[in-house]
Parts: sequence; structure tokens; C-alpha cells
Amino acid sequence: MEKGKGVMGSGRRWAVDFSDNSTAPSSRDIPDPPGFTRASVDQDDSTVSRQKKDAESNWKAQKAWEVAQAPFKNLLMMGFMMWMAGNTVHLFSIGITFSALWQPISALQGVGKVFDPYKDSKVELLGPKLLFIALNLGGLALGVWKLNTLGLLPTHASDWVSSLPPAQEVEYSGGGIPL
Amino acid sequence: MAITYAVLLFLIFYSFQPTLSLYEDQVGLTDWHQQYIGKVKQAVFHTHKTGRKRVVVSTEDNVIATLDLRHGEIFWRHVLGHNDVVDGIDIALGKYVITLSSEGRILRAWNLPDGQMVWESSLHGPKHSKSLLLMTNVIIEKDNVVVIFSNGRLHAVSCIDGEVLWNKDFEAESLEVQKVIQPPGSNFVYVVGFAASSQFEMYQINATNGELLKHESEAFSGRFSGEVSLVSSETLVALDSTGLILLRISFHEGKISIQQTPISDLVEDSPGPAVIIPSSIMGLFTIKINAVTIFIRVIGKGKLEVVEKANHETAVGDALSLSEGQQAFALVQHAGRDIHLTVKLAHDWGGDLLKESIKMDQQRGLVHKVFINNYVRTDGSYGFRALIVMEDHSLLLLQQGTIVWSREDGLASIIDVTTSELPVERAGVSVAKVELNLFEWLKGHMLKLKGTLMLATPEDIAAIQYMRLKSSEKSKMTRDHNGFRKLLIALTRAGKLFALHTGDGRIVWSRLLQSLHKSEACQHPIGLNLSPWQVPHHHALDENPSVLVVGRCGPSSDALGILSFIDSYTGKELSSSRLVHSVAQVIPLPYTDSTEQRLHLLIDADKHAHLYPETPEAISIFRREFSNIYWYSVEDENGIIKGYALKSKCNGNVDDKFCFDARELWSIVLPSESEKIIATVTRKMNEAVHTQAKLIAADQDVMYKYVSRNLLFVATVAPKASGEIGSVTPEESWLVVYLIDTVTGCVLHRMTHHGSQGPVEAVFSENWVVYHYFNLRAHRYEMSVIEIYDQSRADNKDVWKLVVGKHNLTSPISSYSRSEVVTKSQSYFFTHSLKAIAVTSTAKGITSKQLLMGTIGDQVLALDKRFLDPRRSVNPTQAEREEGIIPLTDSLPIIPQSYITHNIRVEGLRGIITVAAKLESTTLVFAHGLDLFFTHFAPSRTYDSLTEDFSCALLLITIVALVAAIFVTWLLSQRKELQDKWR
Repeated sequence: MEKGKGVMGSGRRWAVDFSDNSTAPSSRDIPDPPGFTRASVDQDDSTVSRQKKDAESNWKAQKAWEVAQAPFKNLLMMGFMMWMAGNTVHLFSIGITFSALWQPISALQGVGKVFDPYKDSKVELLGPKLLFIALNLGGLALGVWKLNTLGLLPTHASDWVSSLPPAQEVEYSGGGIPL
Repeated sequence: MAITYAVLLFLIFYSFQPTLSLYEDQVGLTDWHQQYIGKVKQAVFHTHKTGRKRVVVSTEDNVIATLDLRHGEIFWRHVLGHNDVVDGIDIALGKYVITLSSEGRILRAWNLPDGQMVWESSLHGPKHSKSLLLMTNVIIEKDNVVVIFSNGRLHAVSCIDGEVLWNKDFEAESLEVQKVIQPPGSNFVYVVGFAASSQFEMYQINATNGELLKHESEAFSGRFSGEVSLVSSETLVALDSTGLILLRISFHEGKISIQQTPISDLVEDSPGPAVIIPSSIMGLFTIKINAVTIFIRVIGKGKLEVVEKANHETAVGDALSLSEGQQAFALVQHAGRDIHLTVKLAHDWGGDLLKESIKMDQQRGLVHKVFINNYVRTDGSYGFRALIVMEDHSLLLLQQGTIVWSREDGLASIIDVTTSELPVERAGVSVAKVELNLFEWLKGHMLKLKGTLMLATPEDIAAIQYMRLKSSEKSKMTRDHNGFRKLLIALTRAGKLFALHTGDGRIVWSRLLQSLHKSEACQHPIGLNLSPWQVPHHHALDENPSVLVVGRCGPSSDALGILSFIDSYTGKELSSSRLVHSVAQVIPLPYTDSTEQRLHLLIDADKHAHLYPETPEAISIFRREFSNIYWYSVEDENGIIKGYALKSKCNGNVDDKFCFDARELWSIVLPSESEKIIATVTRKMNEAVHTQAKLIAADQDVMYKYVSRNLLFVATVAPKASGEIGSVTPEESWLVVYLIDTVTGCVLHRMTHHGSQGPVEAVFSENWVVYHYFNLRAHRYEMSVIEIYDQSRADNKDVWKLVVGKHNLTSPISSYSRSEVVTKSQSYFFTHSLKAIAVTSTAKGITSKQLLMGTIGDQVLALDKRFLDPRRSVNPTQAEREEGIIPLTDSLPIIPQSYITHNIRVEGLRGIITVAAKLESTTLVFAHGLDLFFTHFAPSRTYDSLTEDFSCALLLITIVALVAAIFVTWLLSQRKELQDKWR
């Protein structure tokens, strides 16, 4: 990566500026191609940009909803995988369950990042975000439910008493058949 | 995916089929086996042939064995049944060992070189009598004849095939035959004995056909008593019943003459009645008056003459025929630390053939028996070797003034075993015999590595194996991290205490207890019980643990008790005391005083409890727990179980602060016409239980085990059925088992097995008991399991209460507060009959349990407790299978690989002891009988340590190689990058 610098940094030899969108006819040496009207371009700047922005924000809102709904598909897939994995504890089911738990968590951690491209003052992102969070929480709940069906959650009495030492006895008695 | 499943399957199979067997090269790494024969009763030398010189012995433990005279090793050995007592042995034709056993009913011939049985004859007779074996030189039809008198009948049996050639009954009602004699060079035998204790009877019988040649009898005014000594082929010496008059009985040519000589004529100031020591030395006999041994010579014409009075302890051997009709005999006398072995000629008291003085270990006690054998030296004179049996049952061979070999045969009769920790390793003190230096350590690891990489030559493999077996690590005299090295302290029937090292089985120390020594006050002392007395934890560096030996002066239950305290490291007797009360029971209490001495309660025959140690501190601890200490006694002969509480100080002797009266609390009287107690078993006091909950994974449920130290398992059978298996029909036979709380006397569970019969072997652990009995209906042995659960705490099921700790599961419980129990049980068929049963015990009780069963074949078989689980069903659900429940089968499997004694037999197996090592996975197993066997056993394999064959060197080398490879590649990549930059 250091290689290019020496060559490029030495100086520009020639350049083409594609951003020439001056509308003054005087500056044009070449006539417009037939059928091309400059009028559309020459419209009022503010309306154009507003229209553009509207379209963009519409598109962003639409996209945001799409992104927010994406976990749903994931959820279905996860559900199917879990059904496939069965209810016994082994490598496969544990892997699936943990990925089912990990995906929503990581997604929830990056909620801001996911919706960052669609951030706009005009776009209402709360709805998609809430949906996204809700779906991911649903995924998480599915994972926890799976964990529980695998018996890996301490939700039973047996999980809390399994290492209780036997209670002490008050009385002591010894003896047997006389020697 | 496929790989995942393969790995999973592999893991599942690996975990569910624990391989308990070992590889051939692992034999002897952690196990050792020692063979013994017991106290020798009779010995016959076989040294005529040019082959290997040997001695044939029979012992009090019903063993017939031949020993190598050079080293004392066993050539072959046969252990007869416990009711097949050996009466006599001899060698016939120089190639057969003839044994008479089972009260003279069975005569067997064994091939001398290899111990194969050649023939067996059963001899029957009209009545019970003394059994005598006489080897004759009579030949009938080319057959050598052995004459046996047993059960009131005289038999002549061919030595070749055991065929009975003739027999002759001696039906006279009261005839007690004392001797069968064959005068040298004749072909008839004398059968002599007493009739009605006052008449001497002599029968002369033709040895070739059993024809009665002559019968004479002579009445005697007094009465004869017991034993006789033979002083010539036609003269006997006996004592009258008062023990004051010597009788010389001669029956030369059919003429009987009885000549009386009062002992006081021979010995002045004879203090009491004499006892005759039976022998058959020509012209000489021995009597014993109290502790004084008197040798009396018979001079012609019936004159008796005292030749010596020995005040020391003396043992006299039997006569040995030398050439030209000379007879020699040996006597061994104690003189301080030495013993004097003297071999004399029978007819010449003054001329000693041999006189040797040998330094003897004081811990062997007195000489009990001596057997001699002669050999011809290069200069033509006679040399003698003597086999002596000592008080501690050990066997020694003496030759040319030295002990050639010795055998510790006292270890064949262990009464009780306990264990002790070894000393803590101290810095700067080298305790190992040979400490390995670094070079040797490296060499060893290199060899191991070669073995792992399969580069080792056969010599290397042999060296590796030798190194593994002789590892100095395992026989060190210090504690190890895993707790494998311990001392096994064993009390033997002879009253000797042995400490064996668990690493290699060697005897660390042995001590013949002085307190269990015969004395004026204590005529027949016996050891009863061995228990750990003091186990220092706080001062483990400067205090030695000690054990308590409890004994008593005689077989009866009201004989006075003996206590002895022994240092576990050195074997020194710290103190001993004669008790003023008897000992019926020894109860170790779960309390220790500030010096960590365990409090013991000794119950005497009058139901008084005596507290030991007798210190004020002990009594204050005892006072604190006074109302919580109970005891019970099982009176098996009248079928009563009684429970007692302590009441107050003894009334009788006010000054004894340590004696307490007992108050009878409860009693369970079993109907004597229908039940007879045959077995009781309780939990081991030091057993560790990890949890009180039994999880049932199938429905996420929990059951609470009824874990109590105060449970007693009792098995009773119908009185008719207490005999041998098959002596009753199934209809009149039943087995009843009880689980009894010994504090309250509450019967928690009772179950009847109809058509079943003892003997019952049982083991109690945690909340279950497993017992073994015979099912008469199915004609098979059966094993049953009972598990007992506490129902009163079963409602502790609220998770939130458990999470915040609001439950009463760990609060102390009293036997009086609960009685709600649930039991589950199941029965299975089992192929073997058992001699003993035990269960593995581990340090924390986490590792799953296995049952250790001493089979009738004298092996120890391990069986997973999961096979004896009452929850087994024919078709367990998937969840139950995952939990490890095995589908129900009608019989328990015997997996050949799970014999933990592998190919070894622990002859005469009597007991199995399990001791927890510090390593949770491992339990130490010690099986004793005639033989001793010790091994490490991991019920669920050694999951918490690397296996012995794990190569540390390989691991290290791999790591070093990896680090080196990383370093080299890093260097290489650096260089490459630099080159790229320069380009």
C-alpha cells in the first residue's frame, strides 16, 4: 500500500472534471444534442432538492422497515433449525441454541448501526427500530426457550438442590451384634 | 455434519461403556498380591531325590502346600473348604502327597511335583472318632498300603489308586483309639486305645488282609486321660486323669502290663498336674507341669529317669529316623533374644548332634512347633535343617545357624484392618530409598517417549516396564498428593499388628502385642477390633497418628477387656491397659477432643457404657452430647434388637466417672418360631455423601434421599431355613428384611421374599442397601436393592424458595421428627454365590458407585450400581436412557473385564475394604483372606488425572516444537517483507 503513494503523490499530470454542470450558455462551445432540453435542469434548485430528498426519505423509510423486518425471516429459519436439532443436549443442538441466542444479542447491540444509513431528520425510525428490537427479542426468547427445553436453565427445583449436602443428624447411634 | 455425529457417537459410547479392564502391561503397576498359607500344623520334608527340595505342609487354615526349601516360595497350594479340616499328611512312594481330611472322611492323593489330584477316596465308618493316618511299608499285590483309622473303622487303602483294600470295624461302644502302630519290619499293625476311659485295649491286625490276630485288654483302677506318647513300638506312656501318675503301658507280644509311677517320685516339689506332650521318640517322652518342661527317659525294665527340667519356653519336635535305627529329635529353647536349636539322639541325651544359637526377632514371639530334616554333609556327617512355627504364625527355615527364609503367614488370618496416613513430606529430609536424579528422570522420560513413538527396542520396552513397576515414587514413606500411599494396619488372629505399605505391600513394621500376650491373668487373649484412635490434622508434622486395639481375655463375652494404643508410624505400643470390665461392643463416637483423639464408647456385658479416653475433657464433650447418644444391640441368638439411651453414672462404683448406666428405650422382638437373624449391616461411619437429592432427569423431578447414619439393615430367615441351601422346600422358607432406625426403633421398611434363603451378604451405602440371597423357587441366587427416600421433604419444590435459600433442607434433623419414607426396590438374578460384598468409597462421594463382590471363585468383581437401580424398566423412555438407566433384564451381567483382581485369585477371600484416596475418582481396594490383594480402582475411570502412560515429554516437546516453529516462521516473514520493501 505504500507503493502507490510514491507514484501518485508526485503530482497530477492531467485531469478531467466531470462536475461541470454550469448552465450558462456562454460557457458552452458545443451545442446541446438534439432533443436535449436544459430546462429541466434549469428548474428551481430548492424544489428539485426537496423532491429528491422526499424520494430519498421515502426510500429510506421503506428500507428501514425492510431491515426491521429482516429478523423475522431469521426467526423462522432459527425455529426450523431448532426443531431439527431436537431436544437432547449434544454438540449440534448446543451450537444452534447458542447461535440463536448470540444473533439477537449482537443485533440488539448494533441497533444504531443497522439503522445508521437510514438516519434522516424526516424519517421516522422509531417504528422500524421497535419492530427490529421486538423481533430480535422474540429470537432471544426463542433461544432461551430452547435452552430451557434442553434443560440448561436452572428453572427446576432439582437444579438448586443437586449439590446440597445431607442434613446433619442430631442423634448418634452405634452398636451391633456383640463381639 | 457426518463428522459431528461420528464424534458424538464416539463420545457417547466412550462415556457409557466404562472400560474397567486393564492392559497386560498395567498389571502390577498399582496392584500387588501376596500369598500365604496360615499357621503350619504339620510338615513333611521331601529331600531324598535330586530334584528340587521341598516341604509339604498342612495348616490350620486347611491349606495343603508345598514350599521350596531354598526360598520358601509356594510351589503349589490347595485350599480345602472351611469344613474340610486336614487331619494328617504324608508322602507316599516319593511322588504322592496323601492327605486325610474332613474328620477322616476324605483321603486324597496329590501329585507331588505339580499338585494335581491323583485320586480321592471317601471313607465311612460307624461312629465319630479320632482320625489317624499311618504310612506302612506293607505291600499287597504290588500296592503300597496306607492304613487309616477314622470314624471307628480301620481302612487299608492302596497308594496307587486309592482303592480300599480292606476295612475292619471297631464297634465297641466306648473305644477311643489312640494310636495305630506298625512295628518295624512286621506286617501287622497294633491298634491301641482306651475303652470307657479305664480299660486299655490292644488289637493286633494283619496288615495284608485286615484279619484280627489278637485282642487283649487290661483294666486300670484309675482313669486314663487324653494324649499318649509312644516310647517304643510296643510301649506307651500315658497319664491318669489326675495328672499326677505316669502310666507306662507295654503290650509286648500281646501281654499287657501297666506300670504306675507317681510324678512326685521323679520330680521333687512337683507343683501341679502334668500334661503329656504327644510324641513318638524312642525311649523318651516329655511332660509339662505349668511352664516347666520335663524330659523323661525310659530305661529298660520300666524304669523312668528325668534327664532334664527346662524352665524356659521349650518346643519339642517329633522324631526323625536316621540310619541304623537311630532317632534324632529337635528342641528349641528361648534364652533372652536368642533361641537355641538343639538336635539330640533319642538314646543319648548328652550327645548333641547340633547346637545352634540364632538371634530371633522379638516380634515373632515363642516357638510353637519345630520340624527337622537331615542331610548328609560332604564330610559324611549329618546336617540338620529345622522348620519352626512361631507364635505369630510365621514360618522360618533355620540352617547352619542362620534364618534361610521366613514367611509372615500370620497375615493369612486378618481379623480387622484400618488405614493410616503416612508422614507428611518434610523439606530436606530424604525419605525415599533411592531418589531419582535429574539425569535419570530425563532418561526415563526419553525412554517413555521412545515407547510412545514406537521407536523402542524390546530391551527398551523391558526397561520401561521395569521402571514402571519399580517406581520409587509409589513406595515412598511419605504422603502423596493423590492420597494413594497409605499404611494398611492389620490385626491378625495371632495378636500381631502389621503395617503394610499400599505402594508395594511390604511390611513397614510389625508388632506382637504384649497386651495380647498370654499371661497368668489372661489365659487366652484374643484381639477383637482395631480402630483409628488419633488422627492429627492440626499437628500432622509433629504428632503421629495412633490406633486402638481392643481385645479380651478369653472367648466368652464376660471376659475382661484389654486396650492397647499403637503408634501408626513406628508400631510402638504407646500404652496398654487391662480393663476391669468386659467388652461387648466398641462404638467410635463422632466426636474428638482437642488432641484429636476420638471418643469411644465401650459397652460391657452388663450393658454399662464406658467412655474412653478417660480425661476430663472427654467427659465434658460427652456431657454436651449426652442426650443425643444412643446405642443398640442385636441379640441374634434370641432374635431381639434392643435400643438404649444413656441414663446416669453407674450405681455400683461411684468413683468411676466414665461409666454410665443404660436405659432401655425400645426393643424389637422377632418371633423366634418364624424368624432368625442371619445378617445385619449398617453404613460405614466415615462414608462421604455428596448430595441429599436424587435427580430424576426424565421429569425434572427431585427426590430426597433418606441419608441417615442410624439405619440398620436386618435380614432374618425361617429357623428351618438357616441351614444349607436346599435343606428346605420353598414353601417353608422365607427371607424377611427390615430397615430399622436405631435411635427410635422404628421399622421403616419390611419386606418378605417368599421361597428364599440365606446366606445373606449385604452392603449399605448412602440411602440404599444391596443384598444377596438364594431364591429356592428359581434355583438361583438373587440380588435385591432397596432405596429409601424421605417423603417429608419432598414438597421442597418451589424454585424461588430454593433460589433465595428459604428451605429447611440443610437444618439438622432428628430421628424423632420424621418417619415418612418411601422405598423402592427391585430384584435380579445373579450367577455367583458371594463371599463378601463391599462398595467403592471416594473422598467426596461424587463419583458413581460400584459394588465389589468377592465371588466364590475368590475373585473381586466390580458391578456398576446402575445395574441395581429400582427405576430400571423394560423400556426406559428416551429421557431415562439419557440419564443412564439401563433397560431391565432379569439377571445381572457379569462382564469378564470387570474383575478387578484380573487373573489373580485371592484364596480364602473373607473381606473387602475400600478406602478413599484424595483423588476423587479413585478408591483403594484391599481384599484379604489367605491371600492379600490391593489395587487402585476408579469406578468412573480416572477423569481427574492424566493416565499413567501419558507422556509428559511428548507434550513438552510438542510445545517446544510449536514455539520454535512460530518463531522461525515469524523470522522468515520479517525477512520476506524487508526484501519486498527493498525491491
